[in-house]
This record gives sequence, structure tokens and C-alpha cells, in this order.
Amino acid sequence: MTRTIEEINAKIKAGKVVVATAEEVVGLVREKGVKAATEAVDVVTTGTFGPMCSSGVYFNIRQSTPKIKCGGGKVSINGVPAYAGWAAADLLLGCTAVSDEDPRNAVYPGLFSYGGAHVIQDLVQGKVVKIVASTYGTDCYPRKEYTVELGLQDFASAVMFNPRNCYQLYNVAVNLAKRTIYTYMGVLKPGLGNANFATAGELSPLLKDPTLRTIGIGTRIFIGGTEGYVIWPGTQHVAEPQRFDNGLPQSPSATLAVIGDLKRMNPQYLRAASIVGYGASLAIGIGIPIPVLDEQVMAHAAIPDAEITFPIVDYGEAYPLGRPGGLGRVSMAELLSGHIEVDGKRVSTGCLTSRAKAREVAAELKSRIQTGSFTLSRPVAPLPGAELAQGC
Amino acid sequence: MAIKKVVLNFPPRLIQEPVTYHLVRDYDLQVNIMRALVRPREKGRMVLELTGSQANMDKAFEYLDQAGVQVDALVQELRYNPELCVHCTACTAFCPTGALSVDAETRKIVFDASQCILCESCIPACAYQAIECQF
Repeated sequence: MTRTIEEINAKIKAGKVVVATAEEVVGLVREKGVKAATEAVDVVTTGTFGPMCSSGVYFNIRQSTPKIKCGGGKVSINGVPAYAGWAAADLLLGCTAVSDEDPRNAVYPGLFSYGGAHVIQDLVQGKVVKIVASTYGTDCYPRKEYTVELGLQDFASAVMFNPRNCYQLYNVAVNLAKRTIYTYMGVLKPGLGNANFATAGELSPLLKDPTLRTIGIGTRIFIGGTEGYVIWPGTQHVAEPQRFDNGLPQSPSATLAVIGDLKRMNPQYLRAASIVGYGASLAIGIGIPIPVLDEQVMAHAAIPDAEITFPIVDYGEAYPLGRPGGLGRVSMAELLSGHIEVDGKRVSTGCLTSRAKAREVAAELKSRIQTGSFTLSRPVAPLPGAELAQGC
Repeated sequence: MAIKKVVLNFPPRLIQEPVTYHLVRDYDLQVNIMRALVRPREKGRMVLELTGSQANMDKAFEYLDQAGVQVDALVQELRYNPELCVHCTACTAFCPTGALSVDAETRKIVFDASQCILCESCIPACAYQAIECQF
């Protein structure tokens, strides 16, 4: 059987849509098969929640009197430098930015207790931030210095714009070196002391539509508690990865550039992270609805943790030096068990992505679709390397 | 047999005193030192697991009290704040005793203070400052 997005939206409006989370369809397909599950379910909701460093917010501040041109000058928000190389009142704050006074890794490993991510978190939690601008004067913008305290709703706009989120498949990080290392994959103890992974597994958005048949440019998503959109392939998007028979890529591949209104976000789905020895980052809850347009969509959405495998990579040497150094593959189910085996050694696993929060995201998106407050959008164009399903 | 995990706080004047020796010798306790911090002229702190008969344990605590050693329960030392925790589970791979573990059903962190030995390995692993150590 097949469906179209229009048909699903009509069912949402009529209050008759059937929605299941990606975890729920794993069980449903195991029990009743792909055909019956396709007939029964209209939309599958996915979710993830983990640090995504390539995230940030652009702001527009209301003009001061007399007017100031921030563009070409210097601006900080709560001491964290923002990019001001745009027009008079547009600013960009990346989540990994830190204040010039931060010791960074000069005191190793650095704590990175306050960065761009923390400014964004403060705003979403309702706190006021201090903006300090200094620039040169012009005839139309004479003011050179401006300090103002603003809450999130005081900005003319505050838009989360993330050039790369939702990595499809990520490495499992281990450390073969002789000292503890501090990475974006967390703290890695020497000599295979632990293994860290970063994925929501069978809930992860891009793992449940591995060939991107329903997710494209223009797909409406859940981001940070509100609606947002996929606006472009993310940076470093790999269009044609090597794949397994089930459609999953063999190495990190697809990524998404996404956007959403920060003013409408909820602190429950947005958390600043201080990754020791590495930097600040922002953990974001993102959920993507997958319209069940045909049986192939359902078969992909129902791939279980046991069939999703990740490459194990040495971050002690192979990764920083750009050397190939695959240590085999391991499945999500094994990672979740708390231990994996690498080189004959039993290694404890820890995750950076919260499966519990990913579940909250998928459940919240499910509920919004069921109650009609979230409808599906048709992608306007496929992502590079993808072909959209009929019905999109 | 009673087993008890405690934190002993020594005022500066007691740092030279062989307190653990007395616990072993006079009260027949097995003393497992899990952590110790001695700053001469400032303070001394020690995390101990004591094993022995209840009667001896009671007498030992009486001795510690009289000697001026402040005894705290271990649970207060490491604070896990579930409000700040996002349940990513990064800390669990670092916990040597299983005090921090993941509930297989809910995928949420479970903290069992009685298993914690205050090694603090979990602290740098947490990106959300959800674990604090007071030791």
C-alpha cells in the first residue's frame, strides 16, 4: 500500500491519524510484519538529544538612540564574543564560543564552564544577558559604544540556525594511547579504558530514514520544543556513502542544516554542555516525523538496535592524525548492554546522547501530531544523493 | 557483622594521632581506606569502610567522638542532581563500583550512594555539572 503526505495531513486534521514512535514500530514490525505495520501506522516519530557543536543563534537587536552599526565592530554577550560582521544590528553566536578571558586548555583539561551554549541556555531559561558593542561611528550610525541588558523576548529576532546537526551514524570512540584524552566524544581512558558512543540508535532520525526518501529540504521538524525546518544538507553531508543491504551507511554520512525560532524554544529540550578539555557545546532535542508512504519506509523505520552498527575508532592516534584505524564494528544493542568487546578486551560503554530524552522528544512529537498541532510538510527538494519517495 | 562507610574529619591537632591504628587494635575493626586527604595544620579527611561487630563499632564511634573526630555519613559527600542530569549515561563507564548505573528499561541514570567510594571519576565525564563532590 502507499500513502501521500496530503492524505496523512487530512487524517491529522480529522483526528484520525495513527502515530507510533520509532521504538514502537520496531516491536510492531517484529510482531506483525512490515505489510501490516505499514497499513496500521501513518507516521513514525523519531528523536535525539545530544551535544551538537555546529549550532548557534543569530539575533537582531532593536536599534539604540542614537543608532549604532555593530557590523565591523566587536560585540560580546555575557562576555562571550559574537560575530558582528553583518549589518548594523545582526549578530551571530555559535555555541562553542568562549570568552577571551576563559583559560581554555591552558589549565588542562579546561572546564569550559561558560560559552555560547550557556548564553543560549540562559536566554531560553528566561534570564537576561548583557550585550556590549564597540564599533566605529558613521554619519548614519554615529554611536560607538552600546551596553544593554536583554531577555529573549526583547530581541527583535532570535533564530537558532545550525549548519550541521543530526549526524547519520557516528563513531564509537576509544583510546589506544597511553594517557587519558579529552575529546568531543568525552573523556577516554587510556588502553581501551572505555568506549563512548553518541546516537539515539533505533530512535535516531536519520537512521530511521537511512536513504532520505522522506526527509528533504523543507521538512518540518521538532527542534528545542518548537517547530523548525530542514533548510539544507548539513555541512560535511556525504551524499553517496557505502551502505549495507538494509540501507544504513557504513560510516558517518548524512547531516542536516536546520532552523527554528529560539523565542519559542523550551529549556527542557535545550541544554548547554561543558565538555571537559574540549569546549562548550549545545545539547538539543530534535525529532523528525517520518510519513509512512510505503512499505520500504516502514521497513527502514523499524530497523532495530541490534541491526544498527557503528565503526569503532581510536581517538588516541588514528582520528587526530587522520589515519585509517578501524577496530571493527559494534551494534547499538551491544553498546546499550554497558560493555563491548574490542581487541579481546571487555570495555565499558557510555553514551553522550540521552536515549531517555530522545524518547521524550519522539513522544512529544507523536502527541503533537495526534492532537493536530503539528502537521507534516512536503520536502521541496531532496538532499544530495537522495531520491524522494512517491507521495512526498 | 556490621559494615559502615563513613567520612572522618580530623581537626589539625589530631593529624598526628594514629586514629586508624586505634580502630584496628582497640576495637577489632577491619578498616578499608577508600580515600584520604591530609593537609598539615589545616585538616584531614578520610573515607573509610568499617567492618566489625556492632558492639565494637559503637565503642569505636564513642572513641572517635571523644577524640574530637567528626564522623559524617558518606551519602552527603557526592551529590547527584537529577534536575541537571540529562541521562546521557557518559558517567556510567567511569564508575568503578556501579554506584552510577543505567536502568535498562527507562535508560535513566540510577545513583546508589551506598556504592559510591568518592573516586570522583564521574565528575569530568559529566558535561552538565550534575554531579558535585564535597570531599
